Amino acid sequence: MLKIINGEVYDPLNGINGGIKEICIRDGKIVDEVPNTAKIIDASNLVVMPGGIDIHSHISGLKVNAGRGLRPEDHRRMVIPKTRITRSGTGYTIPSTFATGYLYTKLGYTTVMEAAVPPIGARHTHEELNDTPMIDKGCYIVLGNNEFILRYLQKGEYEKARDYTAWLLNATKGYAIKIVNPGGVENWKYGQDVSGLDDKVNHFDVTPRQILTALAQINQDLHLPHGVHIHCNNLGVPGNYRTTLETLHALEGKRVHLTHVQFHSYGGENWSGFASKAPEIAEYLNQHPHATIDVGQIIFGDTTTMTADGPWQYRLHKISEKKWYNSDVELESGCGIVPYVYKEKNFVNAIQWAIGLELFLLIKNPWQVFMSTDHPNGGPFIFYPYIIRLLMDKNFRDEMTKRVHKRVLKDTVLPHITREYSLYEIAIITRAGPAKALGLTHKGHLGVGADADIVLYPKLENKEEMFERPVYVLKEGEVILQEGQILKDWTGKTIFVELPENKAFQNEIRDDFEKYYTVEFSNYPTGLETFARYESVKVSI
Amino acid sequence: MEKISDVTCLFCGVTCDDLEVFVEGDTIKEVKNACILGKATFMNHKADVAIPRIKGKETSIEACIEASAEILSQSHFPLIYGLASTECNAQRKAIELADLIGASIDTTSSVCHSPSLQAIQTVGDSTCTLGEIKNRADLLVFWGCNPAEAHPRHFTRYSVTPKGYFVPRGKKDRQVILVDVRKTPSAKAADQFIQIRPGSDYEVLTAMRALLKGEELEVEEVGGVPISTLKSLLEKLKTCKFGSIHWGMGLTMSRGKHMNVMALLLLARDLNRFTKVVASPMRGHGNVVGIATVLTWQTGYPFAVNLSRGFPQYNPGEFSSVDLLARREADAALIIAADAFANFPRAAAEHLSRIPTIAIDAKESMTTKIATVVIPTAQAGISAPGLAYRMDHIPIPVKKVVDSPYPSDQEVLKRIIEKVRSKLQNRV
Ligand code: SF4
Ligand SMILES: [Zn+2]
Repeated sequence: MLKIINGEVYDPLNGINGGIKEICIRDGKIVDEVPNTAKIIDASNLVVMPGGIDIHSHISGLKVNAGRGLRPEDHRRMVIPKTRITRSGTGYTIPSTFATGYLYTKLGYTTVMEAAVPPIGARHTHEELNDTPMIDKGCYIVLGNNEFILRYLQKGEYEKARDYTAWLLNATKGYAIKIVNPGGVENWKYGQDVSGLDDKVNHFDVTPRQILTALAQINQDLHLPHGVHIHCNNLGVPGNYRTTLETLHALEGKRVHLTHVQFHSYGGENWSGFASKAPEIAEYLNQHPHATIDVGQIIFGDTTTMTADGPWQYRLHKISEKKWYNSDVELESGCGIVPYVYKEKNFVNAIQWAIGLELFLLIKNPWQVFMSTDHPNGGPFIFYPYIIRLLMDKNFRDEMTKRVHKRVLKDTVLPHITREYSLYEIAIITRAGPAKALGLTHKGHLGVGADADIVLYPKLENKEEMFERPVYVLKEGEVILQEGQILKDWTGKTIFVELPENKAFQNEIRDDFEKYYTVEFSNYPTGLETFARYESVKVSI
Repeated sequence: MEKISDVTCLFCGVTCDDLEVFVEGDTIKEVKNACILGKATFMNHKADVAIPRIKGKETSIEACIEASAEILSQSHFPLIYGLASTECNAQRKAIELADLIGASIDTTSSVCHSPSLQAIQTVGDSTCTLGEIKNRADLLVFWGCNPAEAHPRHFTRYSVTPKGYFVPRGKKDRQVILVDVRKTPSAKAADQFIQIRPGSDYEVLTAMRALLKGEELEVEEVGGVPISTLKSLLEKLKTCKFGSIHWGMGLTMSRGKHMNVMALLLLARDLNRFTKVVASPMRGHGNVVGIATVLTWQTGYPFAVNLSRGFPQYNPGEFSSVDLLARREADAALIIAADAFANFPRAAAEHLSRIPTIAIDAKESMTTKIATVVIPTAQAGISAPGLAYRMDHIPIPVKKVVDSPYPSDQEVLKRIIEKVRSKLQNRV
């Protein structure tokens, strides 16, 4: 039992905005009160928030590990020595599994969602997540180019597509439906892409629009806790903001989350005309509360880009002339990896940087826009405190704006935005908002019944330093970090949805499965024995 | 007799998971669907089982574990090597042990496909999972590899004969080309065999890249292959819908090593300007892809990792086991599920017999013969369950089909770790 006293509490889901409030903890949960014998943490001069929640990050799985394998030169830039408690590891843009857990904890993050898992690689993802300590975690299953789905939609068999999705989420122990460049990744398997919502997908006679609307409907009909999580078509392409807006229009009224929208808010017809369309995207979101986004802010410096969007990664390889890894995944998805350096003086990179900040600052409702760098695509997650400072500190932002390529001053609205985020708003975009969007009712807040995942930050003027240096991090009520030191090698839970079982449907897919996959049907699902610890979120249809 | 279905074979990187194994008590009576290599692995599971011993004297497993912990906790520069013929949970434990004692840890890749890994680290790779090849490939090129003998069911499960979604007539929809320095049994499955001069892979591949870029070469042949043959091979690669190139140890272990592989990877990459072309290494004795995978997620590096400074460092040549041993740097060795002594060059092997060497293995081998401590274990994939990785990095669960009197590799390593930990703690 534990009581945190005298802390300045930011708990937006319960409307608490900096008031001094006691937090009582018993059996890993937040409770009304504890006896006087409870241990006490004095949080005077500290800011108390729920543990951070990353709604979109690439930390585990076939693609992430291929990225580690591709970049030995990256790992030398950050080594993490073992301690008596913790394992050794390496960073920098694609940290090893143990390091990932420790580095997130050092920022006060306690739950992280791996954002793109091809179903056949789910077992791998979960095995890696077992070796990713400290945090709770979950994963999104990519479905937007799944050939079962494409075939069902081609034949107009919506119910089968829905039942297949339910079966697949159970089999892979996924948390949400992810769509990556719908139709484009399928076309990439013969070296092509799609250019918009109404292009045809090779061989399947369906369009990205059909895929998007069907999966959003399925998401709704299955009552999944998170909205459908979408990486739109045309990532990175000048002028792609139109595709992004069309996607939002097509899904009006549905629960949707668009991810790394910075990469999808570009104007111009070509690279020399590259421009920010963040104001247009923000304006749409300000009118339409049905959608949430995460930003995918870029960080200047060296990183590793990795997505299931094979055709985009090939394009980026041709632009950057850096080494290129691609691996297409049978019947399901793709994967591309390219190292990349974002440069302050490169005008495209500088405008990308500005677009991310514009999205944060122009979207009025913080419950609609969440922190992400699309780790590691825009940059490593360890830079979240730097982004927080950019949002909270107009002077710092202006200094940076003057440093980068001058077209940012000239061509974007960023220099004219005066908004500064408050601590309350930061608490929304880094924990309360993601928890709400994910439907994780017991996370992201400090009300009675919530998981006692809590972080205590020092109250510092420099917000980057403040969010880099939690004084305490608690996981299920246990102090796992104090003054920067990890005290416990904590085993977090893997969180997944559990849908009603549908035995009859298994027979429906078995034949095609056995014909076209290369693994046996019985060896495909990930069983519960795989997990070190887990929590299933029961969903009734 | 009991029938167990969908059993995984750990013998090679094809990692077939469709075996049917018939058992009676602790004996395997029959195996279906496996190739002869796989079948032999299962049927001979009781042959050559190792015996627990210290310095040749039979003793208990417990005593062997204690002796191993003593050796490892006393050592200043230990080496942990092997890990191919076991499953991933044991591999995890081996890395944990390496982290704990500050060992170098290296795998059998070090003497087979490490040049492929280095080449991929340098230039990347355009590849795919095996099902993509099965469902789409209309052109298959096998270069410096002999699947018919090394990966027997590759042709029938993934590449040459299976009927795929976009190649519904199986072999009739595909062309198969074999490139090698000699005509191997794999040539039987090929429509065309191109023989090249030993040691000329780099030249031939680079010439093809030049031709692809439109350069004219002022020679009649390269590596013994007429330019016209190379041009027609290129034409096929450019005009196929989905070309799949596979390479093997013919490239990695001949003159040029990772440079050969790089030349092939760059050719495949360049071909993507014309059509879809993928390139994949024919990896896998046992679960060697598994140890590369787990080592990469735990340390960032796939082989030749050193942990003596308390964090992972990677440097093939410095931390690869053959070099560490030949330079006589390692002062103790733990060999797990691999026959190091049989496969290493003489200078390296000799050093193994000079230092305290621990062998953890289901079977007797050349290494167990020279080892100071021998710990027999339940064979992964037969008497110990777990996880394996196929050559295309797809994870496959591994079953146990019969009991063994011995603990698993994972269990033995876990117990060694516990003992080492308490010894190290007592010391400080
Ligand atoms: S091909 Fe390889 S994995 Fe398959 S049965 Fe033969 S030895 Fe075993
Ligand atoms: Zn992403």
